[in-house]
Amino acid sequence: MTIEVSSLKELVEQASGDDRSPDTQEYFVNMGPQHPSTHGVLRLVLKLDGERVLRCIPVLGYIHRSIEKISEHMNYMNCVHLTDRMDYLSSIMNNWAVSKAVEEAAGIEVNSRIQYIRTIFAELERIQSHQLWWGVLGMDLGAFTPFLYGIRDREVLNDVMEETVGARLTMNYVLPGGLMADIHPNFVHRVKEFIKYFRPKLDEYDDLLTNNVIIQERLRNVGVLSAQTAVQYGATGPVLRGSGVAFDLRKDHPYGVYDQADFEVPVGTVGDSWDRYWVRVEEMRQSLNIVEQLLDNIPPGDFLVKKLNSKIKIPEGRYYSQLETARGILGVFIASDKKDEPYRMHYRSPNFNNLWCLEPMIKGDYIASLIGAMSSLDLVIPDIDR
Amino acid sequence: MEREALQAAVCELDSAVRPLDENADRAAVIVEASALPAIIRRLRDEPEFAFAQLLDHVAVDWIDRGQFELIYQLYSFKHKHFLSVSVLVPREDPRVPTLCRVHPVAEWQEREVYDLFGVLYEDHPDLRRLFLEDDWIGFPLRKDYQDDFMLDRPR
Repeated sequence: MTIEVSSLKELVEQASGDDRSPDTQEYFVNMGPQHPSTHGVLRLVLKLDGERVLRCIPVLGYIHRSIEKISEHMNYMNCVHLTDRMDYLSSIMNNWAVSKAVEEAAGIEVNSRIQYIRTIFAELERIQSHQLWWGVLGMDLGAFTPFLYGIRDREVLNDVMEETVGARLTMNYVLPGGLMADIHPNFVHRVKEFIKYFRPKLDEYDDLLTNNVIIQERLRNVGVLSAQTAVQYGATGPVLRGSGVAFDLRKDHPYGVYDQADFEVPVGTVGDSWDRYWVRVEEMRQSLNIVEQLLDNIPPGDFLVKKLNSKIKIPEGRYYSQLETARGILGVFIASDKKDEPYRMHYRSPNFNNLWCLEPMIKGDYIASLIGAMSSLDLVIPDIDR
Repeated sequence: MEREALQAAVCELDSAVRPLDENADRAAVIVEASALPAIIRRLRDEPEFAFAQLLDHVAVDWIDRGQFELIYQLYSFKHKHFLSVSVLVPREDPRVPTLCRVHPVAEWQEREVYDLFGVLYEDHPDLRRLFLEDDWIGFPLRKDYQDDFMLDRPR
């Protein structure tokens, strides 16, 4: 059997010929690689009929940094630090995912203090990530004020996390066997202050954007993704839950101390951009609940169970571990050949599969709807390119 | 279903399926390449398994054995269990039937593996490079890949 490998040029030429009606002329438009609403370097090749999108072909690789290949020449401790450059809004969760994979493979048990702190930081970062997404969604749809509001509240949380972590964006905090540092003495107090500050702000978000007629009109019944399509197209995280599939690793396969906290998993019904919006706003409330419950129960103990710089060796074999980040499941695959470097390291990044859902979502819809639909996917491009 | 029970049940599906020892807490099997789409389809459709989602597709270059290992990670929302399905293909002529008809997401994931490993997917509707340019020579994640720009670091 011969297998044909085509190129983008051939694909575009091929698509130029088909389903052409005598009345209209279809044409191709490049959106990106530097378009303000793609939040990075994503190029979409759009086939349009007037304002209708007939095809939407994502073109990737503009910022590919071959993290997987570089990891093959690094020990496991160093691999962790590459991951917070992937999805920089879920950097601690990415660190945790790799640390969890290494710990499971090498058989390292961490104490419950570490698990509590990791869970709290993961939830704080989920809030932070959703705050930025919320502001940016408003900006994509033409409203600038939400962006200022989102950033304003994110700064407050940033200050709290910076005190412990020392960074504001690509935060390196979790490593195999524990944490970089213990929490700052002010941490618990300041997080409590933040919760008190942010709860009313969430209601303000609702007044500003959620109950806004223009936003509702731009998001409702736009970019509908049915539950079946979402599953088949590999969606995870809020995109999958917006389509009505109640799947959350934190609930279904608990890690950290998520089984100690009482929280709900918000699930949409229609699967349109509005449902994905609502799911994320609701997730911020739930994350606040989780943090609030765990904050007073952080047990005493060490913040690191294994000495730093020790070269971790993993027994021969293949390992797979996953974790729910702000955008969905981050899967970490390790193939080990008994050395202290991975033989092969692979990341299943959530945005990679979520982006694939864009074409079924937007086919036949207006190009203006594409912006809202894409914004509701909450894409981070470095995570796709890796 | 427990890991061992699930693994045994999957192996009963077809003679082309054998259990695989994996140092992880999930069931793992190894399948012959020609039987792959049929088995993945049965795993998706039979209510006993209901593996509805293809979560991930990974390739490993076992250069000493002259083989590529292609690993498919499946998840069942109904039973909340994971399964990893492996296929071994020779390095000189790496071919495997595509899973696009069973899980549409495979189209995307297989393009990534083609791009970086050069595995050819039979009947793939749109096999193209995904991250690299169309005229890129070689497959960067192969262990014997050489490039002028690669740093030759002392080890």
